[in-house]
Amino acid sequence: MIMHIQTSISRRTFLAFNYVLLTAVAVACLLPLVNVLAISFSSSAAVGAGKVHLWPVGFNLKSYAFVLNKPEFAKSFLVSLGRVAVGVPLNMLLTILIAYPLSKGSREFRFRNAYAWYFVLTMLFSGGLIPWYMTIKLTGILDTFWAMILPGAVPVFNVILLLNFFKSLPDEIDQAAQIDGAGRWQALWRIAVPLSAPAVATLTLFCIVTHWNAWFDGLILMNRPEHYPLQSYLQTVIVNRDLSLVTAQDLLNWSEVSDRTSKAAQVFVAVIPVLLVYPFLQKYFAEGIVMGSVKG
Amino acid sequence: MRRKTIRELPFHLMILPGFLLVLIYSYVPMAGIVMAFERLVPSKGMFMSPWVGWKNFEYMLRLPGTLDVLRNTFVIAGMKMVAGIVVPVTFALLLNEARQRLFRRSIQTIIYFPHFLSWIILSGILIDILSPSTGIVNGMLGLVKIPPVYFLGDSRWFPFTLVLTDTWKEFGYGTIVYLAALTGINPALYEAASMDGAGRLRQTVSVTLPALLPMIVLMSVLSLGNILNAGFEQVFNLYSPQVYKTGDIIDTLVFRIGLENANYGVATAVGLFKSVVSFVMVGLSYLLAYRLTDYRIF
Repeated sequence: MIMHIQTSISRRTFLAFNYVLLTAVAVACLLPLVNVLAISFSSSAAVGAGKVHLWPVGFNLKSYAFVLNKPEFAKSFLVSLGRVAVGVPLNMLLTILIAYPLSKGSREFRFRNAYAWYFVLTMLFSGGLIPWYMTIKLTGILDTFWAMILPGAVPVFNVILLLNFFKSLPDEIDQAAQIDGAGRWQALWRIAVPLSAPAVATLTLFCIVTHWNAWFDGLILMNRPEHYPLQSYLQTVIVNRDLSLVTAQDLLNWSEVSDRTSKAAQVFVAVIPVLLVYPFLQKYFAEGIVMGSVKG
Repeated sequence: MRRKTIRELPFHLMILPGFLLVLIYSYVPMAGIVMAFERLVPSKGMFMSPWVGWKNFEYMLRLPGTLDVLRNTFVIAGMKMVAGIVVPVTFALLLNEARQRLFRRSIQTIIYFPHFLSWIILSGILIDILSPSTGIVNGMLGLVKIPPVYFLGDSRWFPFTLVLTDTWKEFGYGTIVYLAALTGINPALYEAASMDGAGRLRQTVSVTLPALLPMIVLMSVLSLGNILNAGFEQVFNLYSPQVYKTGDIIDTLVFRIGLENANYGVATAVGLFKSVVSFVMVGLSYLLAYRLTDYRIF
């Protein structure tokens, strides 16, 4: 298109306007985050007086010290790390194991369509909240760590993304492996998975973010706040403000660290892990989404 | 025949663990729908409690707020569906006009980010910035002499706050598919149009939009399945009794009836209503997507 650079005044005005507009929208997207970040680093007096906008006033780290010294916060942070460490590998293992056979044609695997519908149906229809809750209770994992792992262990949407990716791999490689005497399991782990590294990486990152961000299951399936993952704990202290969870120590600290600055600090400590994986997400996920929605 | 069965055996084994987990945690709850026709007695459990027929549904229809909840769900979900198409398409078109790669990448990196934050984090941020007394948004409105707006506590504003904040979280993510479709357009089409004397605007109308249309149709059709998904996570974390009139949705109602008031039968009945309508809509949307754009899920 380089040959058709147009320099008409209207075009240049449009381009200038466009750059300004795009920048403004992006800045507007970030402002809420920047504002709350500034609050977390500011003194409670400055925040109370409404002086904090986009830059900390009376810079200090007291709110962060307060948050990190809160035993409940640390405990729930560890629960969240634990569910990521156990839940994500299980998610990925099951996703790969289901997606591979389903990526075969129904000639090679006669039950392929039956199985595929078996899994897809769960995306189209569900029993709803109460039967789901009762089932988890029935299986005896209520109020245990496994309540946050097993019910969501099969991410069906990811299975479909991966099976479409497997399908796009050239058949010849698989056939050559068969001729060389590789079994199904070898073909899966030695050929299909390594060739799908970008897709597997994308889905792993999706699973990490999903587990890290999950809060509803923790909130209703765990009976004791000590077992809450971080996001469930934050739901009770930031959004819902459950005063029964406020300790005497908290009240003492509030004179120095205001409710607003401490909430802001808690929000940002919870964002840090997402920030850490974001560069990797960025690299792969555009590809990931596109492979799911516009496939050949 | 036998040999084929043996050759397929590893496939069955691979699927088996996932099959069982889905059987337990997706199909048992589907069977648990019978609770909608029962009065749950905890000692007898999901499948053995006394049968009450349509009583739970009758009770649901007699609840004073039911119609409001149904309307709210449609209105909020509908507005989100429209915004979820219009904003990403517009933004992708504008972003596509910006030629500097670094600029485009930076903008994209920023606008995708909120998608990856949970509604807990975003609610924490929104509750702070939208506060009528101390929030920065009302602070800015105050500069231009607009009286404070109680975005989260005023039932007139609440649905729009939901749509706006949901757009903030999701529009960047939504632009990805359209940007991908835009980069797939053959540059020769633009050259040809340009030779025929088409200006930039004309090129956008005659080349870009038609090329984007299948994707717009596909995404619109697929979003039909969300007609009753007004966004539980968002509403649950932002609403309060003051805004039930315009902000209460089916999912939050199910939560309150079922888990707060322990009225399991009625909550299951309300949930079943939602599941059935959603199932019909999702089925219809896949059928339409298949007919219109040859889209298949697997």
